[in-house]
Amino acid sequence: MKFKGKIWKFGDNIDTDAIIPARYLNIWDPQGLAAHCMEDAAPQFAKQVKPGDIIVGGENFGCGSSREHAPIAIKAAGVACVVARSFARIFYRNSFNMGLPIFESRELWERVQEGEEIEVDADTGFIRIGAALLPIQQVPPFMQELIADGGLMNHLAKKAAR
Amino acid sequence: MGMTISEKILSRHAGLDAVHPGMLINAKVDIAHGNDITAPIAINAFRKAGGKKVFDRTRVVLIPDHFSPNKDIDSAEQCKMMRDFALEQELVHYYEVGEAGVEHALLPEKGIVVPGDLTVGADSHTCTYGALGAFSTGVGSTDLAAAMMTGELWFKVPETMKFVYHGKLNPWVGGKDLILYTIGLIGVDGAIYRAMEFTGEAIAELTMADRFTMSNMAIEAGGKAGIFIPDAVTEAYVKGRALRPYTFYASDPDAVYHSTTDIDVAQIEPQVSFPHLPSNARGISAVGDVKIDQSVIGSCTNGRIEDLRIAAGVLKGRHIAPGYRLIVIPATPAVYRQAMQEGLFDIFLDAGGVISPPTCGPCLGGYMGILAKGERCVSTTNRNFVGRMGHTGSEVYLAGPAVAAATAVLGRLAGPDQLT
Repeated sequence: MKFKGKIWKFGDNIDTDAIIPARYLNIWDPQGLAAHCMEDAAPQFAKQVKPGDIIVGGENFGCGSSREHAPIAIKAAGVACVVARSFARIFYRNSFNMGLPIFESRELWERVQEGEEIEVDADTGFIRIGAALLPIQQVPPFMQELIADGGLMNHLAKKAAR
Repeated sequence: MGMTISEKILSRHAGLDAVHPGMLINAKVDIAHGNDITAPIAINAFRKAGGKKVFDRTRVVLIPDHFSPNKDIDSAEQCKMMRDFALEQELVHYYEVGEAGVEHALLPEKGIVVPGDLTVGADSHTCTYGALGAFSTGVGSTDLAAAMMTGELWFKVPETMKFVYHGKLNPWVGGKDLILYTIGLIGVDGAIYRAMEFTGEAIAELTMADRFTMSNMAIEAGGKAGIFIPDAVTEAYVKGRALRPYTFYASDPDAVYHSTTDIDVAQIEPQVSFPHLPSNARGISAVGDVKIDQSVIGSCTNGRIEDLRIAAGVLKGRHIAPGYRLIVIPATPAVYRQAMQEGLFDIFLDAGGVISPPTCGPCLGGYMGILAKGERCVSTTNRNFVGRMGHTGSEVYLAGPAVAAATAVLGRLAGPDQLT
């Protein structure tokens, strides 16, 4: 998995209400959710985000609610992957389960500016910014399997078939 | 090597003699539950994966509570989808409006979750049941779909942070104040990926309502669970309610912890968490002069009968400030009826308050008390993120029922001791 895209940069503790405000939780169609993605943190985001863009977050990205609407909205908005210093645990689980690629990097956040282009190479485990390479945190083999199988439900189906 | 209560419950449900932090395990869940917001996505995933029947119709629980009674057409569609699924699957624990309440108050009250359980719910405040001595954690909709189908789920065994509360509680200080203080101490990611274990002699004195409040907010420190060692108080609560046999687990004396934090509760006064993070906690004496427009008393955090009694005790014979709004939301029909029979409704109504049917409603900015730009609410709920209860230019101050009630009377942030 390789992702090359422009960065949308956010700070620490980007909560699920910022990612998809609860007033839109009467929607569960992915595109409907994507139209309001990040609305309270960056009102221009949903209109300006381009397929393949990358979200860079600080500490505790996705804290708050268990709503899977959050990674669904991000994925449906066309975002290729999210790289943060750390993730809140339910958001972390949800992303793997529904197939949004996410990566932890302690260093990336202070090294990049909004709008900059980076390349995330999950296969080699490095992020490329210009000529510089930053390591991404290793994902446990079981979770790599989840992503490879296309999320939890597909993983269960494949496991049942194996 | 000894194990913590969390490790014991996880190992038992994984069919292993022992587990240790960092292990990835597959474990049987006792209860898997969802609500009108999270269940539709789970039901969709369940069907897409070819799901026909849930693993056990007595152990999959669906509760309409977030935007129910239906707040608009889209919410009505979500509730209907969940209702149709519950009927099709002949779920024993589906509760319709009139019997339904805020899920995390309702499940323990009805004895659906019991001590020693491993339970998951597609709602982050599922950690509430840790108060019973259950390992209980919030998951997303896809996890719920998998659990509904197989009765199992994968878990990473968390490290445990131990919090020991010493000393005697000050007047008007309860579980909400202890947990806001604790989150203030460690931050909103202070327990990320970890379990929090609450112990100490001050904890032994707490009611079950106070314990539910504390466990409920473990997630606000990033915690996976917030667990208590069950005792005589737990026993008195579950006796006569529990729908299944239950087990009391305790941590071994030689259990290994990530860290141990000692807290002297005598130093803790009623707390208020300022916008826009639950960790912005301050003692009531340090809040300054903050004008407030509305109090919300209710939710899975503080909507139990004990909470309403505290609020009524403060409001009895008093009236809320001119132009102020007081919204009281009993968390379940049983709490509602009890409050009514005890005469608490008269006290709230005489004070100028309004009483809502059980719902999560305003806590997550749904309905029944949404804030306009520039408005401020003191709320007994659990989150004060930007825009949480309405306009992004509104503010939420988190507190316990005593502060929410006293603030309503004075129209500014205040504790009961400031009332004359």
